[in-house]
Amino acid sequence: MRITPEKVDELAALARLKFEGGEKEAIRADLEKILEMCEKLNEVDTTGVEPLIYMTENSNVLREDVVHQEITHEQALLNAPKKDSDFFRVPKVIDQNG
Amino acid sequence: MKDHTRISEIRADLESGVVTCAELVEGYLDRIDAQPELNAFLEVWADEAREQARRVDSKVKSGQAGRLAGVVIALKDVLAYEGHKVSASSKILEGFTSIYTGTAVQRLLDEDAILIGRTNCDEFAMGASNENSAYGVVLNAADKSRVPGGSSGGSAVAVQAGLCHASLGTDTGGSIRQPAAFTGLVGMKPTYGLVSRWGLLAYASSFDQIGPITKSVEDNALILEIMAGPDANDSTVSQRPKPHYEVKSADRKFRFGIMQEAVEHPGLDPFIRDSVYKLADQLGADGHEVGFFHFPLLDYMVPAYYILTTAEASSNLSRYSGLMYGYRSPDAHDLESTYIYSRTQGFGQEVKRRIMLGTFVLSSDYYDAYYKKGQQVRRIIRQKTEEILGQFDAILLPTTSTPAFRLGEKSKDPVAMYLADLFTVQANLAGNPAISIPWNSTPEGLPTGMQLMCNHFEEQKLYELAKTLEKYK
Repeated sequence: MRITPEKVDELAALARLKFEGGEKEAIRADLEKILEMCEKLNEVDTTGVEPLIYMTENSNVLREDVVHQEITHEQALLNAPKKDSDFFRVPKVIDQNG
Repeated sequence: MKDHTRISEIRADLESGVVTCAELVEGYLDRIDAQPELNAFLEVWADEAREQARRVDSKVKSGQAGRLAGVVIALKDVLAYEGHKVSASSKILEGFTSIYTGTAVQRLLDEDAILIGRTNCDEFAMGASNENSAYGVVLNAADKSRVPGGSSGGSAVAVQAGLCHASLGTDTGGSIRQPAAFTGLVGMKPTYGLVSRWGLLAYASSFDQIGPITKSVEDNALILEIMAGPDANDSTVSQRPKPHYEVKSADRKFRFGIMQEAVEHPGLDPFIRDSVYKLADQLGADGHEVGFFHFPLLDYMVPAYYILTTAEASSNLSRYSGLMYGYRSPDAHDLESTYIYSRTQGFGQEVKRRIMLGTFVLSSDYYDAYYKKGQQVRRIIRQKTEEILGQFDAILLPTTSTPAFRLGEKSKDPVAMYLADLFTVQANLAGNPAISIPWNSTPEGLPTGMQLMCNHFEEQKLYELAKTLEKYK
């Protein structure tokens, strides 16, 4: 699988990452090499094989629906990079002139 | 300081008054101070460990001490412990403090374990050498020019160098067993669903398991038994009752299966290959059944593993957004730039590589060709593994294809590094329990490990087999 620089940009946009300069060529080459390794799977005949999705032996583990508070307001805000006394502070999301 | 090899010895010495928890803790703290170059710990909780030691000492005196009294344990830096930092060895979680304690850790505390600190690892548990940590490499105490293995490298070296008695690691594709093999320790990857992952920073949720790294099989079984069992906070945990393990070497004869493709693999170190053949001969001579089986899927395991784990990682790690916790870039000026710059500056190279690969295999154009294909191959691998374990009690194989490699030896080539997982990913792909036990030393003095794998939830048999193999070392 050939990975183009445009493909790297497209994936980076989806993953909310940015690769510039030499890093972009490096990740492009790495992806190409790793995918080449992964393409070996095409040798395995998987006709009619159901994909294996869940590894747990459980289905529907149910519990009583009881309301309880697991963390406090203060705990929730403890690790915020920016906050005031009640809320998370984030950079402006809506452009008021827009 | 006396080196206890078993928890039962610590217990006996505590009860007879030969040693106190306080003395044990001081001994470990001295050693940690004496060997900072190993870089096994990211943080040492010295004062707290001393305080806990005093509490447990008084419980010992009053005869109320739990089963892990005096057992000094280190936690891999991916496990939540309330009021303590946890960072997954990543800059993106620098300064993050856990607001609750995960189930596995809480169960250790409930039995009076003393937690001494958090250990270095590959960032978000992604790596096989501990070279992907944002906080520097960990050195193998057997040879400081070599890696300790990964991703639980710090947890392994902490026990290897006598900086604590036991540690917790996590194993997604070999991250407990491979470092245990590289450092001469017992490392257990339990059955998927045996131990709750509540409070574990997720990497690949259909693979991750928490397990112990110890000096002995007995200690490993005790710590696992304490952590195992149902948990209301993790619905992927099996609802089977909490297990109890009896560790003794068995008189009965077992059937061992050896994978032809593994022992004949061109990448396998000849010394390790000879060790497997020698063990097979000895087991056969003692009346155990040893059979060789074919597993033509060996070369497909690492590719399937990387497709599926990177897909899950790209999804799990989308939570690191720079908004509610963790690192936020100073370049963030709107929503989109908060995401992009916080993640780009906060994650290390290998983590970004895996997120990108995972994003690729999940993208609509390639989903069927890669992700779905990986899931189909996973089913075939699990079926074949089950078939083999229908014929044998256990699969016997080396833990790693080589002893510990040199620092920097594989870090430039991701594919070469990924192949370090060749013999360990099967257990994670199929969900089976597998243990690595210290085996022998190469002529250069590097430890090697021998690996056993059993059917799901056969940890009891696995420990019994591990114990049985000890006499052939």
